Amino acid sequence: MYVAVKGGERAIENAHTWLAEERRGDPTVADLSIAQIREQLSLGVNRVMAEGSLYDPDLAALAIKQARGDMIEAIFLIRAYRTTLPRIGHAEPVDTGAMACDRRISATFKDVPGGQVLGPTFDYTHRLLDFALAAEGLPAEAEGAQPVEPEMPRVTDFLNRDGLIQTEAPGDETPPDMTRAPMEYPAGRPLRLQALTRGDEGFVLSMAYSTQRGYAKNHPFVGELRVGTVPVEMEIPELGFSVEIGEVTLTECETVNQFSGSKTEPAQFTRGYGLVFGHSERKAISMALVDRALRWEELGEDDVGAPAQDEEFVLSHADNIQATGFLEHIKLPHYVDFQSELELVRKIRAAAQETELKAAAE
Amino acid sequence: MTTAKPGTEARRAWMSLLAKSAPARLGALIGELDALPDHSWLRPPEVGGVMLRGRMGGTGAPFNLGEMTVTRCALQIASGEIGHAYVQGRDKDHATRAALVDALMQTARQDELRRHVLDPLEAEMTAAKARRAAKAGATKVDFFTMVRGED
Repeated sequence: MYVAVKGGERAIENAHTWLAEERRGDPTVADLSIAQIREQLSLGVNRVMAEGSLYDPDLAALAIKQARGDMIEAIFLIRAYRTTLPRIGHAEPVDTGAMACDRRISATFKDVPGGQVLGPTFDYTHRLLDFALAAEGLPAEAEGAQPVEPEMPRVTDFLNRDGLIQTEAPGDETPPDMTRAPMEYPAGRPLRLQALTRGDEGFVLSMAYSTQRGYAKNHPFVGELRVGTVPVEMEIPELGFSVEIGEVTLTECETVNQFSGSKTEPAQFTRGYGLVFGHSERKAISMALVDRALRWEELGEDDVGAPAQDEEFVLSHADNIQATGFLEHIKLPHYVDFQSELELVRKIRAAAQETELKAAAE
Repeated sequence: MTTAKPGTEARRAWMSLLAKSAPARLGALIGELDALPDHSWLRPPEVGGVMLRGRMGGTGAPFNLGEMTVTRCALQIASGEIGHAYVQGRDKDHATRAALVDALMQTARQDELRRHVLDPLEAEMTAAKARRAAKAGATKVDFFTMVRGED
């Protein structure tokens, strides 16, 4: 059978021209600049950088503009751009202990050295719409006071001193890279963390929430949450020494989880870890909870069959670009597939009808 | 971090400062200098990605965090010195200027460059960091405990 597989060029072209016009909206309203998006929708920009897995605020702002604010479409644009970039190399692991913190809180120690620093947070706001923002005007400048310490000590280090929390084994082995090699299971913690940090915020949040509601409960406390900037240092091969090549804003969350001990481990606190591009607290906390849930095996915990314990389930559904690609492709022409299905259903019905007729005749 | 011959520490510092500086500001400061030398490319500016890494639990073994855009270039000025740049972002002019300053810092003009480019950049960066740290400081919580008066 012949099925038309060509055509529609003009319709597509006209659709894209109209898309551009709709994107612009009412031309009597001022055009948005990339700088406006970067500066004023910065948390959206952060999300696009984190899930696009490319730190570049201007590119993320451009992607948001092009995608008309559709975050997953914007992330898709960044992922596509990322694949065109030659890989220059890798940086040294960032030292989050030396982070210049805008915000640093602990839910476990009130009097943590360095203090509870709230930073520019939505916490403790009343979530009432602020109609003053609908009018133009500059907000008051934030107050200054005694500056925070340039380096905040880690909360987990205090617990570590008494051996009350599991230690992180240091190491310098080259971590696996899911952008370079296909995923293999079991993935191991470094690969899990890479997949989670670029995973869909909504998905990672829901997985984390499921553990809180009882599907592999792990009793998390936010030992520490910090947001701030760290320098990025890279070894320059032609010079033979390393230099700082830039600076990035990161959000880090360390959870402290209750653990009553298992066959292999003494009773002590265990840890979950989240580290995400930009100011992205919800994502960092979610990542830490899911990281902890996925560590059940190494800690000798029981597999209770919870979704958040299933590494393959979590990692293979965390990526919103893979998910949306597979989901949205079903709206594209499937005429040939469908024709064959149609033929099949007709044949089955015809066969059934024939049998019925035969039965009636007998 | 690896270090090589003496002088490396100073070069590391200025290359880092140049990479982290705001492109427009570096451009403005260099624009005020006289007679910038001609240069030839050893590696014309090239935009690429650098994979950033974190450590599990902040201090453990590394994992891949995601990439960052970086522009690099290498040039040679007329007097023979070679300048390198690796800078965050996709601004080729910024990389070129950073490499040019790196080359000039190896010449007799280093005091001039230090005074007119590096010192102002460093002072501004320090001031900006201090302003942010002060704003963060103002959001530090002072706890006070209610005395219940039972004893």
